[in-house]
Amino acid sequence: MHIVDRRLNPSGKNLANRQRFMRRAKQQIRKAVHETAGSRSIKDADEGGEVVLPAQGVHEPSFRRSSSGGIRDHLLPGNKEYIAGDTIARPPGGGGGSGSEGSPDGEGEDDFRFALSREEFVDLFLEDLELPDLAKRRVVNAEAVVYHRAGYSVSGSPANLALNRTVRNSLSRRIALRRPKADELEALKQEIEALSDGSDEPRRIALEEELARKKRRTGLIPYIDPLDVRYKRFEATPKPVAQAVMFCLMDVSGSMTEHMKDLAKRFYVLLYIFLKRRYKNVEVVFIRHTHQASEVDEDTFFNSPETGGTVVSTALEEMQRVIAERYSPDNWNIYAAQASDGDNTASDNDKTAALLTKVLLPACQYYAYLEVGRDSEHFPPGFIRRDSDLWQTYSTIIRNGAPMAMRKVGHRRDIYPVFRELFAKKNQGAEAHAE
Amino acid sequence: MSSTLIRAERPLFEGADWEFSTIQRCHDEISKIALGEMGLDIYTNQIEVIGTEQMLDAYSSIGMPLFYKHWSFGKHFARNEAMYQAGMQGLAYEIVINSNPCISYIMEENTAMMQTLVIAHAAFGHNHFFKNNYLFQQWTDANGILDYLEFARDYIMSCEERYGEVAVERLLDAAHALMSHAVHKYPRKRTADLRSEEKRERERREHDEKVFNDLWRTVPGKDATKNNPTAAEQRKALLQLPQENILYFMEKTAPRLAPWQREVLRIVRIIAQYFYPQSQTKVMNEGCATYTHYEIMNRLHAKGLLTDGAMVEFLSSHTNVVFQPEFDDRRYSGLNPYALGFAMMQDIERICKTPTAEDKQWFPHIAGCNDHMNVLRDVWANYRDESFILQYLSPKLVRQFGLFHVMDDSNEPNLRVEAIHDERGYRKIKQALAKQYDISWTSADIQVVDVNLAGDRKLILHHRALNRVLLEEKDARHVLQHLADLWGYDVLMKEIDPGTEAVLKEHAASPRPGIVKVEPAA
Repeated sequence: MHIVDRRLNPSGKNLANRQRFMRRAKQQIRKAVHETAGSRSIKDADEGGEVVLPAQGVHEPSFRRSSSGGIRDHLLPGNKEYIAGDTIARPPGGGGGSGSEGSPDGEGEDDFRFALSREEFVDLFLEDLELPDLAKRRVVNAEAVVYHRAGYSVSGSPANLALNRTVRNSLSRRIALRRPKADELEALKQEIEALSDGSDEPRRIALEEELARKKRRTGLIPYIDPLDVRYKRFEATPKPVAQAVMFCLMDVSGSMTEHMKDLAKRFYVLLYIFLKRRYKNVEVVFIRHTHQASEVDEDTFFNSPETGGTVVSTALEEMQRVIAERYSPDNWNIYAAQASDGDNTASDNDKTAALLTKVLLPACQYYAYLEVGRDSEHFPPGFIRRDSDLWQTYSTIIRNGAPMAMRKVGHRRDIYPVFRELFAKKNQGAEAHAE
Repeated sequence: MSSTLIRAERPLFEGADWEFSTIQRCHDEISKIALGEMGLDIYTNQIEVIGTEQMLDAYSSIGMPLFYKHWSFGKHFARNEAMYQAGMQGLAYEIVINSNPCISYIMEENTAMMQTLVIAHAAFGHNHFFKNNYLFQQWTDANGILDYLEFARDYIMSCEERYGEVAVERLLDAAHALMSHAVHKYPRKRTADLRSEEKRERERREHDEKVFNDLWRTVPGKDATKNNPTAAEQRKALLQLPQENILYFMEKTAPRLAPWQREVLRIVRIIAQYFYPQSQTKVMNEGCATYTHYEIMNRLHAKGLLTDGAMVEFLSSHTNVVFQPEFDDRRYSGLNPYALGFAMMQDIERICKTPTAEDKQWFPHIAGCNDHMNVLRDVWANYRDESFILQYLSPKLVRQFGLFHVMDDSNEPNLRVEAIHDERGYRKIKQALAKQYDISWTSADIQVVDVNLAGDRKLILHHRALNRVLLEEKDARHVLQHLADLWGYDVLMKEIDPGTEAVLKEHAASPRPGIVKVEPAA
């Protein structure tokens, strides 16, 4: 008997099958992921977890006998009252009261339930999205190093021994130094053997000498010399680590309802997950404003109430200050997302526009403005809603071609589509136009 | 035999922990009992200790240690994993493979008692059955299976490299759909080679010369033209029709498959054939293994090699395994093959040792023979579930299980109780139960019957709908579609009532491009 311990075998043997399955069911999984993402709390949106697929798409069909109709025999254990000839009312469902029927793989038409890892989940979640303007990638603290094969070296660890190259060197050296080959020696020996009957003694002696000489030579010239040994060389290249900072700006004045804040929060979280996928280092700065602005922590940002007027430019000034203090645009990719209900003090609009175009937009990779509305906003047909102050101001800026985008969102379910829309791959459209 | 039992000085293990030396000791002691006392005959054992993920792995690739890649295995893995993590499903304690050496996987989490039980059950019980049962001997090659699986994996991998993953996946999808109808149910006649053909011809001629009598010429014979086979008969003979092994038929005759595609179909069908005996011997196989482990554990305990605590733990686990809920129990899900198999094996032992008058009447050839191991070994070697139940289900067991036979005719308003555990019912129940394990009753009888060679090459299949039970329609349509994709031309399936030959239903499918090139319909 042999006992084999397989516990230390490499795990993930089934990974290839899993990837094939994922590819196969991609459409459905993607749909399920998007549905799940809508329903689960946003905090663990990037946690991965269970998704449910309809059984149809990944069904494996086979010729099976139907579970209804025809004549069926059932052999059941545990008879208590029946005698031969009794009739029993057919149980509802037509299954005949036997569990031995039903689908053979025990799967039936139930939905198919399985768990996605975090990576898989986020991959699908953010599929086809890209960050605009990725050009400004800064190599900061190059903490990551990648090794590439690069030629051979004469020193190294035994694990990296380049066997082919070593033997090749050894072979060429042996040829160059005329080290006697094994079959040469063998041939000589046999010849001496053949002459051992004493028929040609001088020749035998000559051969003996020749053999001794060759043997000596063999001893002097090693089969593999330390000179021959080569190792695979690896070169370390520093991998650029890009870093980004994300500014969350929000109006927290009285006109912003809880619902609006919730919408904004959802948007920020999506952006955060997305940035985290692209940058190893993502920092978040929260700036809230009424008629005055301040940098706060996350909890205060979302939860503590504040009263006051609305002056957007204060927030922009605060952002400008933080950038100047901590996040030099030379080293950081700067993203900003602003959420507001669109109110602004009329006199402030020009100042806001000037700050944005002159100072902030040149420093930013991308600036997104999200105008959150009331969930229950219904407009009678024919009613033209006046655009908000901020919307009008920003529209003029965008018309001049700034790296900025703005959208209106009224309901939770719109957040994800809007987000996708903002970051959808642009080049696909461009290609389509080019054709 | 009056030899007193020699008590061991100390048990094999105490407590739940084990190490490799424990397993080795257990195996050696069990081996003494199984081979020495019970006379089992096994392949060399190879016991592999694995973890949870590896067990899930083994689950998803039908227990095989190496297998080709396909998305469906990933699907099974994902589902099992999700169910296991949600606590809805436990894992098996072992998996055993019919190979030589016989590989048993045991889980690392098992207690020492459980490892002993598993080794007795799988490495000796199942192992003996695999090596000795005629079905396994006839249909499987335990020596070659691991090599063949390796070949299959490498071959399919090379196909993927050369023809693309998508092409191979399509083909495997189609092949898997037909896997349930990819076995030869009867050993085929070996095609005679030329030499033996010639020899037979010579013998026939000699025989003709010996018995030659010119008078026979004058006797009016049969109409010679009647003997000539018609074109249809010739065609069917040429194509070996009717043919119930559909994948075999595709591999040999589908007109447009490339050679590598035929080889892949062959791989799938050979693996299906390898598992064919298992589906027919579930009750016996488990019965044999359960009887063996029960016997071995009891003897180990009697020798003092198992502590009383371990024995109690064993009995609790064993009782769970052989528990048979009654039909009106919420937990009922069909007859438990462990329960039925184990009960029948124990019953045979009882009949051999202490037969009643009834047993003597029913089983005259074994009743009171007092050599139950010999009888059991013979049973394990020469029966499958259907014949085993037909032969050995005793009236006592029918009573013990309270078996009754209910007939469900969809044309009748009510179900009818046909037979119960009484004098008139025993034989009926025995026959009806045996039929439930007869593969020709349980799996649909589908055959390729004809091909329109002269015309549009339409493939015609018949499903003989036994007892008017039709095929599950949606599934049948899907599988037929796969079949048409392989065949490359239209496919038609008729569902026929075998009693009246009336066509109950027809399904048709036209090929989609993908596996083979499809000509646009004229």
